[in-house]
Amino acid sequence: MSILKTLKGASVAVAIAGASLSGVFAEDIAITGGTAFTKGGKGKVENATILVADGKITSVTAGGDVPSGYRVIDASGQWVTVGLMATGTTLGLTEVPLSGSLNDATAGSAKNTIGLDVTYAIDPSSTLIPVTRIEGITRAVTGLTNTKDYWLGQGAVIHLGNGFDLVEKQGAYIGLQISEGAASKAGGSRAALWQEIYAKLEDARPEPEADAKGDEKAEKKDGKKKKPSAEAKALKRLFDGKTSLMVTANRAADILQVIRLKKHFGFNVILNEGVEAWRVADELAKADIPVVLDALESLPQSFETLGATQTNAGRLAKAGVTIAITGKGSHNARLMPQNAGNAVSNGLSWEAAMDAMTVGPAEIFGLSDSYGTLEAGKDADIVVWDGDPIEVMTSPTAVLIKGDQIELVSRQTRLRDRYLDLTRSPQFKK
Amino acid sequence: MLAAGITGSAGAQKRELVTINKDPFPSSYTRLESVPTLITNATVLDGKGGLMEGADVLMQDGKIKRVGKNLKAPRGARTIDGTGKWVTPGIIDVHSHLGVYPSPGTQSHADGNEIGEPVTADVWVEHSNWPQDPGFVRAAAGGVTALQLLPGSANLVGGRSVTLKNVPGRVAQDMKFPGAPYGAKMACGENPKRVYGTGENNPTLHRPYTRMGNVAGYRQAFADAQAYQREWDKYERDFKAGKDVLPPKRDINLETMAGILAGDILVHMHCYRADDMGTMLDVMKEFNYQITSFQHATESYKIADKLAENNVCSAMWADWWGFKMEAYDGIRENIPFVHKAGACAIVHSDSEEGIQRLNQEAAKALADGRKVGLDISKAEAWTWLSLNPAKSLGIDKMTGTLEKGKDADVVLWDGDPFSVYTSAEVTFVDGAPVYDRTNPDFNPVMDFELGQPGEGDVE
Repeated sequence: MSILKTLKGASVAVAIAGASLSGVFAEDIAITGGTAFTKGGKGKVENATILVADGKITSVTAGGDVPSGYRVIDASGQWVTVGLMATGTTLGLTEVPLSGSLNDATAGSAKNTIGLDVTYAIDPSSTLIPVTRIEGITRAVTGLTNTKDYWLGQGAVIHLGNGFDLVEKQGAYIGLQISEGAASKAGGSRAALWQEIYAKLEDARPEPEADAKGDEKAEKKDGKKKKPSAEAKALKRLFDGKTSLMVTANRAADILQVIRLKKHFGFNVILNEGVEAWRVADELAKADIPVVLDALESLPQSFETLGATQTNAGRLAKAGVTIAITGKGSHNARLMPQNAGNAVSNGLSWEAAMDAMTVGPAEIFGLSDSYGTLEAGKDADIVVWDGDPIEVMTSPTAVLIKGDQIELVSRQTRLRDRYLDLTRSPQFKK
Repeated sequence: MLAAGITGSAGAQKRELVTINKDPFPSSYTRLESVPTLITNATVLDGKGGLMEGADVLMQDGKIKRVGKNLKAPRGARTIDGTGKWVTPGIIDVHSHLGVYPSPGTQSHADGNEIGEPVTADVWVEHSNWPQDPGFVRAAAGGVTALQLLPGSANLVGGRSVTLKNVPGRVAQDMKFPGAPYGAKMACGENPKRVYGTGENNPTLHRPYTRMGNVAGYRQAFADAQAYQREWDKYERDFKAGKDVLPPKRDINLETMAGILAGDILVHMHCYRADDMGTMLDVMKEFNYQITSFQHATESYKIADKLAENNVCSAMWADWWGFKMEAYDGIRENIPFVHKAGACAIVHSDSEEGIQRLNQEAAKALADGRKVGLDISKAEAWTWLSLNPAKSLGIDKMTGTLEKGKDADVVLWDGDPFSVYTSAEVTFVDGAPVYDRTNPDFNPVMDFELGQPGEGDVE
């Protein structure tokens, strides 16, 4: 029985691994002549030759030769960076959230909230994906924004390339919300909220010796091991260090509680939003908690965000906190570089802003082995820009995702081309 | 009472003609104190399509005194070296809910939609404006010198708008732009359907449920306004003919609708889809009024020629799209396409966040237009932020360009305002700084922010 189960499990794993190959990368590509930034905002290489084979970067050299058989993308006079990674998105989960029907980013009446896994909901045909990727965003963290309580299930990292399987990392984090709204779902007060959170996590916390005995007992009683629930599996991964707890909190006092939570349990914690994070920047740095933030927050829009300021990102980076700049939900995920630019206007260095869209998120969400820098062995997520990527008047001229050059076309560019000259009316043509 | 008794005994003395005070909430705006200010050697966008390099701008007594080269500073003037910097007319946002959906956004502060019936032309948004909204200062930090507050879009007719100077005020009237005409907010499409179709917000009247229900609602409201106006006209005619007549009962709702028909109140029409806009152009012709602007207008690019022909402005986002069905066809080239067709293009925010960086929104739209071959200069693109919005609010004689005699509503930028790295350094309203990045201690701190974390930290 148990052998059969194991085999079954293995075959499923193989099937998933197979499906995750999103295309065939027959083409070898050389990107030449541009100014490349190999590591976020650092590692500047002039007149760079970047070679891509089988979906991977094979080399980055200054003025290097192009082997025969490579298709050349001339990036002379242009900037070349790693494809950007937008965090805090709902890409693939939503289409027209307000008045359309499709919105898999919220699960208001789902019973099990920790175990929810967004990878089951991701739609690779979402029109938002081409709209976003032609702006140079090649990866995204995507996840739930609301459930019936304050646990937000498990978010994923996806790539925005071609193919049906966009999932790069399933269970990239477990989401948790600390806010007035969350407190009201827990009984009305943060006192109740934290009590429930601690109880849930203490319950799931593995106790090495007792755990083994408990398992034996359970096995004896049932004659077999109890199957762990989706929630138990998710929390086990958290305690095993395979995923992180991403906690959305804004008020400085709440953030200090998040720091205490990490100290208590010892697992990986990411702070999300963190509008007042700058007020406790040193504590966050000391606790090694990275922050995923919206760099544009500047208004006291609630009593939890009275300290909102666009200097947040700059102040956090200065204190040594690893940051990722979010891309604002779904349709505006593509505005992430503009958000980063505003952080630069308010005290973040350009280098740090580029890091916050590439190596920062790669590190925070555990993708550094395959993505985040332009170096041999990494996935070829590469963007050629007609100027400084962060500038508002700049846009990509070429985008590669896992070595596949995507067409810079979306529903929007198709509409644009249709109406560039109004003469087509009343005929509707492609 | 006594007078009535006397006239009664003396026989039928003539009553006075009753006329309606059109300005019962007059502006109490007064200029902030200012010194003459000369900005020298800057790159100047005049707001009507011109760019001058190495130019000076002189502001005095709240007005633009001169724009040119080698101007002399008057006695006592503040002189600012504008080398490497840019000067533009102040940004005017025609679509804001600051003050009526202020920060903090608590339910107690949600004063923007008079939900309950589809036509609420009787409400005036200025009566919801909380001048202590910290958003006004952030907007000033983004170069905004004037703005139109609009009621929300829950209703077919949402009520009257108000145009403000972006200055600190103790009462709402302190901010009212003197001489600005009133506007009315009307809304097409999904919102009125959503708010009323279920009956949730008006159990006695489950309409409008559809777009055709929307249109029926506007038409009936205008027809009622025509009848109301006829009553008043008859009263006036009869009075002038010497008849002993009493005036009709005032209907505050129909007063606004009649004001639209009379051309006194400018219509700002929230519509996204091209077909909705086309329908509204027909309603406009049926009742013979003028739609001043379509707001949001994500599909203006599909009918830009018709909008030019009908002299209707489009207030648009640079790139917002898709959050609802009627925004699904939003494209990044909407603004430049409208501009190219010769129609009036405006960049608007409808956002307490977006209003802080409308210059960047214009920059994005400009870049997207250029990428498909539209030859538009930065100087022309600035008309989307100042002159065109001023036109649509009926204040272009007073502000919107850097021309002698106009209000000194001016922004000094620390670089090219079409760059994300550029910030407004000083924002002047009528020649007085309302925000000064070089002098943060003098920047307004709203009452709400006093003693709170982040006090005065407006960046």
